[in-house]
Amino acid sequence: MSTLLRLATAGSVDDGKSTLVGRLLHDCKAILADQIAHVKTVSEARGGDFDFALLTDGLRAEREQGITIDVAYRYFATDKRSFILADCPGHVQYTRNTVTGASTADVVIILVDARHGVLEQTRRHLAVAGLLRVPHVVLAVNKIDLVDYDEAVFTKIAESVNEVADQLGIADLQAIPVSALVGDNVVERSAQTAWYDGPTLLELLENATGRTDSSNQPLRFPVQYVVRPQTDDEYRDYRGYTGTVASGTVSVGDPVIVLPAGRRTTIAGIDRPVVTPTSTAVVERPSAVAGEAVTVRLADDIDVARGSVIVAAEASPGTRRELAATVSWLSDRPLTVGARVLIKHTTTTAQAIVTKITGALDLDTLGVIDATELHLNDIGKVQLKIAAPLAADPYSSNAITGSFLLIDAHDGWTLAAGMIDDEEGELL
Amino acid sequence: MSITVTELDALESESIFVFREVAAEFERPVILFSGGKDSIVMLHLARKAFAPAGVPFTLLHVDTGHNFPEVLAYRDATVEQLGLRLEVASVEEYIADGRLRERTDGTRNQLQTIPLLDAINAHRFDAVFGGGRRDEERARAKERIFSLRDEFGQWDPRNQRPELWSLYNGRHRPGEHVRVFPLSNWTELDVWHYIEREQIPLPSIYYAHEREVFERDGMLLAVGPYSRPRDGETVSSRQVRYRTVGDMSCTGAVASTATSAAEVVIEVAASEITERGATRADDRASEAAMEDRKREGYF
Repeated sequence: MSTLLRLATAGSVDDGKSTLVGRLLHDCKAILADQIAHVKTVSEARGGDFDFALLTDGLRAEREQGITIDVAYRYFATDKRSFILADCPGHVQYTRNTVTGASTADVVIILVDARHGVLEQTRRHLAVAGLLRVPHVVLAVNKIDLVDYDEAVFTKIAESVNEVADQLGIADLQAIPVSALVGDNVVERSAQTAWYDGPTLLELLENATGRTDSSNQPLRFPVQYVVRPQTDDEYRDYRGYTGTVASGTVSVGDPVIVLPAGRRTTIAGIDRPVVTPTSTAVVERPSAVAGEAVTVRLADDIDVARGSVIVAAEASPGTRRELAATVSWLSDRPLTVGARVLIKHTTTTAQAIVTKITGALDLDTLGVIDATELHLNDIGKVQLKIAAPLAADPYSSNAITGSFLLIDAHDGWTLAAGMIDDEEGELL
Repeated sequence: MSITVTELDALESESIFVFREVAAEFERPVILFSGGKDSIVMLHLARKAFAPAGVPFTLLHVDTGHNFPEVLAYRDATVEQLGLRLEVASVEEYIADGRLRERTDGTRNQLQTIPLLDAINAHRFDAVFGGGRRDEERARAKERIFSLRDEFGQWDPRNQRPELWSLYNGRHRPGEHVRVFPLSNWTELDVWHYIEREQIPLPSIYYAHEREVFERDGMLLAVGPYSRPRDGETVSSRQVRYRTVGDMSCTGAVASTATSAAEVVIEVAASEITERGATRADDRASEAAMEDRKREGYF
């Protein structure tokens, strides 16, 4: 498996996310001389000390206002592994960017200012992490230097966050007292927090496991594009179905079902491209696993196109035209019952109607309350009727065949991130 | 640290997925191809995505007129060998007929935006692949893999679409187009590891060679028709190579002895200066030089 770890940050405005990321990169020696020189020059021109946030806040408006507006992606590596870090904004109006960063993250780092404790944004970010089933959540209790490294302050915050995490079904949460500004417990262990015996942030990241290996689950292979060279050579009759294995393993000879038609066939071949400066060809391989982009051929000449999903014959999800799902609403325009939207699910885009809004998450009580509309940043439950049959799984068993976007058909804007409920219909 | 094979495979699969999404969902996609290493890797990945069929995309080169001859030769040979279709948007033509004016500093990277946007409009390209990587530069770190541009080609970093899981939303209205960056998650080191692994040929200037250079602002500029030493700048013959390839007048060389991809990997891993910091004069122009250009429609 890849040793690549994807992480995302979340937190409220001014709690020091950009400083933490800057500190992490700096102390991992991931910032090169010209970048440091640049930050020094700009910091000095503003009459201040070296501002770690300038390492990551790349937009003019971000630097002017001292806030992060949009996700920035950073790349760094230690001797143990490499990391892709999504540095997400904390401002309420940019929660959609936190959802963006968290949707692919193995670890979400949620920052809390030690002086302020748990805020509504903290609860929102915990809810997003829980909803997206991020495997690990790290609570960085930042600015611990500003509360005199007081253990009681840290413990109180950690306990209240743990309580929220329990309610949200977050299994793995680890709290760390840090000072991003000073560098306590980020990469270097702090002498000021002798009472803390857990790992530093970097140690934790280096040892975190990624998302669950989905190669043991049943095969799901959404077809992206049909390759038909129609050339005069050996590939005259070639017909390959390209896609990325969403889960499971696909092997030559496997019995499969092609959805939505429901036709049974077997895998006749799996091809790997071989390109040289002058030629393009394929060679056969015996199998492919989740995450690999491949081309498969089928034993029977049946109707397969983009939007088809090739699934294990013994574990087909079937298809459905009605879905119950939990959505994170990302648009200024409220969602109302009867709304016509587009749904994008794996490689299918279809029309959909919102038939019911069954509730919304109350961030104070973490209970579900009645709702007739969903507004920006709301997390709610909806039912959808879809114009085409979808080969869908619950998000809890498959993040790829269990997730979808809702899109505004008029302007193309992404309205919501959706996760298909399991049979119990739990919100999280 | 050394990049494991599985990490390169994961990056390769992600990029191939992006090429296939675009081929399936857009009507007139185009690959920006400059003959630089990132666009060469991008084309290699595109070829893999559709093998054994050919690449279903046109190529577009925004030619500043200040290119390295080795790079243009590579570009033309590639197009010929693979039977691809190449469109060229020429900055030189725009200057010749007065639609653009030469800058006082003589550099032309900034002048590429209008010919690019005109070409996109003229050919009605709806998806434009760029080889930009997020590790290159502060503003590029903010870029989505699918980046919507309005009818003026403008990037609005405050109003980007959320990009969730691998569900890329390429919907756009007439006149709008989408910039697509399949190498977003690759680093300079990943690119070189991949060039080494896949044995991808590059223009010769990417490897160490003897060249007449002079030093300006800490960069080694080649002596050529578009860049001449000023008073006080001395010319010397040095062993150099290029980390990026662009407009000859503002792309610096770096001192190097690396003559193979494997040796370049070692050099890049040990470098204490970023690719753009070492070689791009135009990115040093202001605190937000790249952001400003991207907002106007640059790639």
